This record gives sequence, structure tokens and C-alpha cells, in this order.
Amino acid sequence: MSTIQLFITCIIDALYPDLGEAVVRVLERAGATVQFPPGQTCCGQPAYNAGYRPDARAVALHTLDVFSATGGPVVTPSGSCAAMLKHGYPDLFADDPANLPRANALAARTFEFSQYLVYGLGLTDVGARYDGALAYHPSCHLLRGLGEHDAPLKLLAAVRGATLAPLPGAEECCGFGGLFSIKMPDVSGEMLARKLDNIRAAAAPLIVTADASCLTHLNGGLHRAGSTQRVVHLAEILARA
Amino acid sequence: MLFRQRIAAAIGDPNLQLALDGNFVLSRDKWEAAMASLPEADAVRDRARAIRVEALSRLDHYLLQLEAAVQAQGGVVHWAADAAEANRIVLGIAQAHNAKLIAKSKSMVSEEIGLNAALEAAGLRVVETDLGEYILQLRRDRPSHIVAPAIHLRRSDVAALFEKELGLPPTDDILVLTAAARAALRQVFVSADVGVSGVNFAVAQSGTLCIVSNEGNARLCTTLPKVHVALMGLERIVPTLADLEVMLRVLARSATGQKITGYTSLLNGPRRGAEPDGPDELHLVLVDNGRSRALGSELAESLLCIRCGACLNVCPVYREIGGHADGSVYPGAIGAIVSPALGGLSEFGELAQASTLCGACRDVCPVRIDIPKMLLHVRAAHVAGTGGTGWLAPALKVWAWAMRSAARYGWAAVAAGWATRALATQGWVRRLPGPLGGWTQRRDFPAFARERFRDRFAKRHA
Repeated sequence: MSTIQLFITCIIDALYPDLGEAVVRVLERAGATVQFPPGQTCCGQPAYNAGYRPDARAVALHTLDVFSATGGPVVTPSGSCAAMLKHGYPDLFADDPANLPRANALAARTFEFSQYLVYGLGLTDVGARYDGALAYHPSCHLLRGLGEHDAPLKLLAAVRGATLAPLPGAEECCGFGGLFSIKMPDVSGEMLARKLDNIRAAAAPLIVTADASCLTHLNGGLHRAGSTQRVVHLAEILARA
Repeated sequence: MLFRQRIAAAIGDPNLQLALDGNFVLSRDKWEAAMASLPEADAVRDRARAIRVEALSRLDHYLLQLEAAVQAQGGVVHWAADAAEANRIVLGIAQAHNAKLIAKSKSMVSEEIGLNAALEAAGLRVVETDLGEYILQLRRDRPSHIVAPAIHLRRSDVAALFEKELGLPPTDDILVLTAAARAALRQVFVSADVGVSGVNFAVAQSGTLCIVSNEGNARLCTTLPKVHVALMGLERIVPTLADLEVMLRVLARSATGQKITGYTSLLNGPRRGAEPDGPDELHLVLVDNGRSRALGSELAESLLCIRCGACLNVCPVYREIGGHADGSVYPGAIGAIVSPALGGLSEFGELAQASTLCGACRDVCPVRIDIPKMLLHVRAAHVAGTGGTGWLAPALKVWAWAMRSAARYGWAAVAAGWATRALATQGWVRRLPGPLGGWTQRRDFPAFARERFRDRFAKRHA
């Protein structure tokens, strides 16, 4: 029986508690015991990506403290937060011999949600069922940052009743980019518009992604446009039985 | 114009948008086909990187080896510490030969140092012979792409330009337009006193200058005029001819999707003895202009660049704003790290903001430069140097203070919950205040949930 430490991410914690519960349900159904270190807050990437390293380091240190007090795999339903822990933390603490070993240790035991299911638990079928068409948007941090192309697709392929529809330009960035979305709103908006055109062209009412950040940005645009299409997190589909 | 204004201008230009879109789609297809045609492409790219890393790790040694080899073949080597010195050197060579007309093949380094302006200020006539550069020169425009400088223009723009500047009757026929340029440029090639070129790769061991082109203009510029001046960023070096072969396998594929360019010239010094072809004099100008300083810096990896432009072609931001919005000589993803590396952070640090760090560039770079990582370095250095700008610096201080403690994080979530629910209609906020308003320009923002996930989890698992 695998016991995992769930790093839920600030976005899911505060904006999407239902999604958080879906993540837990899927992990439990897959045979994991889910523990939730209550001191957790945020991985720190907004500051890190914007170049504010001292602020990022302060927040990262807190997260490092919280999870270093635990053992076993750390699973997070976010490609970008996983990438932050796995790549960003060793970088942030590279000059800090007191904390670098812990940062490396945390990086080594951190898994993105779909990667944990497929490679950690060796599962692609989690007993999910969804009748209808789905299109998949791979987030840049999961696809390119973590080099993960297959895990979400394998999981979706095993969903009973679901058909995977192609999403044009799927691998193109959605335009969120963290603080980029408010610092360069014109460019972010253009990239969003392009993604929305592609989503419109996909013959699926639901678009699935494994990152709640892309999800928030895309749903924000879809809602503004009055669209009936919606972006959901992979865990929400996998949680349906 | 401010960066923001140039971006808005680019986004609002429908012709440019069509051109950029076309480039994005076409380049992607060509790149994929080209890489598929390269056996063990990944291994070749790894090797290409290793070659460039080796060259930079002993740059002084290889440059001295190159200098000796070029001199042994009868070439002259000049070392230029900066742009001003490089321009003085080239002007000096031109004036020593009473040159009136300079034929130029494409050189990004010459753009970087502002060579044309320096020569023209001294009364020389300079004509760009790469078709894209020739078009831009007629328009008094600047390159917007490393490899395809006039990518921002459409056929109709060129037709209108040639009508105005060359007296060509209106036409839409590319063959007619190209023939007109060819005829004009032919005259330049045969009457130019000096030919100025760039260098794609210099081979240290043999003293070979390798120049690639599709139009043949590089060959004509470097062989017809009596004097050839080759301008080279001092990092554009590879140790051996065997290394050159590896680089050539990835250069054209990455740049244009070709297995090899139409012409690949290997120049080994000026004309010797009774040889029928070649210039009487070959001058190699090694340009530093910030490169040796960059070598010891966090941005050293940017010097691996072989100027293929693949990163521009796949960049989703470049697709929207093109290569003029940055206002720097080197556009796009690579420009955002090369320009600060060479020209300093205070002037170019802003360019690194125009990225979502999506990593598409890193995926296609033939020498595997980790451009997103370099962009983070530039951003961090910019913040460290300026203390952060505007509202963001204090906002992130408060944010970090809140995120360092679960209790404060909790209060922040409560406060954000109240605020967003107060602003929201039916769960969505249409207008966020102040600087956050950038979000709601094109998107709605969801109200924070009434109950956090962690509180539910705590209840269920109590």
C-alpha cells in the first residue's frame, strides 16, 4: 500500500476544491493512501518565473520544510508545480549547502499526478467512465518541462466510453505563462484567442488538461466568449466511475 | 516607441500577422520533415552541442589556431574589441583600396555593429545582396528574423517596393520580382570594390571560413571583388573540418528545413598564385563586442548559438509580435538572451519578459541551448539589478510573506475569497482592479471557493 503526500497547489486549494477531492478519490481508488501535510502553501513559482529569486526562495523554503518532514512520494496535480519542485528548487538552493540536499531529495520524490499513476503505481486503467468526446491540451510544463507526452494520454485512452478527439495546435502554448498573463496581457490575449479558435474547432465539449493554471486561463476566456465548451482537469475525468 | 507600444502595433498589423502565421506553420512542417530525414537526429544534436561547448571552453586556443591557419594561407586577421573598432577596421580596408562600392552578403554581426551606417557616413555605397536584405535596404527597414530577414513582408509589399524603387511595372509574379533583383544585383557583384560577408563557421584547424547561402550571393560577394572582408563574431568557431560536417548536418535543417543549403562555400584564404578565382585579399575581422565578457557569465550558453533561427520559428510569442517589437538586433527567443549577454541588461533586460517559458525553443535548438533557463537568468539579474519594477516588487514581498506561513496563507485566501466574491456575478469576476486588470482584458476570473480543499480534506479525514 503506497502512502503519498499530496501537494494540492494553491490554485486548486483556493479555487477548485471539488477538483482537489477528485484528485484524492482517484489516488485512493488506485490504491494509494493520501496524506495532506497541512502546513503547505505554494510552490513559489510566480516569483521564481518573474525573476524574484529571494521571494521565491523564502516560499520554497517553507514548502521544503513542510514536505521534508514527511516521507514517501510527493504527488501534485500540476505539471508546473511538479517542475518547480523538481527543477526550480535545486536551482534556487544551488548555492545553499544547508538546504540543497533537502531540495534534491524532494525533487527526486516528487511526481506529477498522471506520472505517479502510470509510472509510480503502474496503472493506466483507474476504473473511469465518461461517455463522450474529449480533447487533450498538454500543458507546456508537463509536456516539455517534464518531458511527459504519454501518461495523460494513456490514462484517457483507458476511460470507458470516452473518445479522444484531436485538438488542433494542441502542443502550442495557451498563453498563460504565470505573471506573463497580467504583465503582457496583449500577447497573452492573442495566444488565448488562438487557443480558443482551436478549441472551437475540436469536436469535443470538454477539453482535458493536467494543469489548473492553463485551465483557469482557458476557462476564463471560454466563459468570456459565452462558450458551452469547458476545460476540465484530468482528475475530474478519471474520478468519474 | 516603448516595448508595449511596439507589441500593440505588431498585433494590430494584419499583414504582419498573416506573414508570421504563415512562417510558423510552414517552418514547423519543414523542421519536422528535416529532422525525420536525419538519422539519429538526437545524437547528432548532442554532438553538435558538444562541439560548440568544446570550442568555447578553449576559445582563446582555437582563435589563435584559426589566426595562424588563415595567415598561413595568405589571409589577414584583425581583432576588433568592439563595434567601433570593427567599423574602423573595415572602413580602413575599404579606404586603403579607394573603394566606392561595397557588396554585402548577409551578416547579422554587421547589423549588430551598424557597419552599413558607418561606411555610408564615410561616403561609400553599400548594397545588400541577400534578396531579403536588399529588399529591406530599399525600404530603409531592418531585419526581423535571423535567417529570413524580410519575413514580415508579403509579396505585395515587395511588388509595390520594386515598382517605386526600381521602376518595375506592377506584377505579382515572384519570378519577375526575383529577376528584377537579380539584374540589379548582378551589376553590383561585378563592379564592387570590396565584398563583405559574415561567417557561419570558422574552422580553427584548417583556417577555413564556411559560408552557407541559398542564393549564391555569398559566393559572388566573396570571390568577384578584389577584396573580401569576412566579419565574424569570435564565438562562431569549430575545432576541425570533421566538426564542421556535424554542424552543417543540423544548420540548414534547423534553419530552413533543407538538408543542405544551395551553396556551401569553404574559403581557404585569398586567391593564390595562378588560381583563376578568388579575391586578391582576404581579411577576417574577429568581433568581440561583449562576447568574451559573456563567456564568463551566466549567459555563456547563449554563445553556443549557430544562428539558425529555429527558435524564432516555433516561438508562440514571436508568432504574435514578430521580430521588430523587441527593438534589438537579434530578435526572438535567442535575441532575448543574446542581446542582454552582449549589450547589457539595462537596455535589453525587458525582452526576457516576452515569454511564457513554454520551452518550444529549447526543443528545436540544434545545440540544445536551454533558452528558458537563460531567460530566467536574465529576469533574475534584471530584478537583482533594478530591485524589481513598479507594483510587482512590493506585491511579491507581501505575497512571499503570506505564503511562508500556513496561517497567513489561510487569511490571504479568506481575504481573496471575500474580494473576488464581492466583485463576482454568478461566480465570475469581469473586472479585476489595478494591475490585475490585465487578466480581465480578455478573460473572466473565477471567484475563490467558499471552502478550501484543505478544510474539506481535514473534515473528511478527521
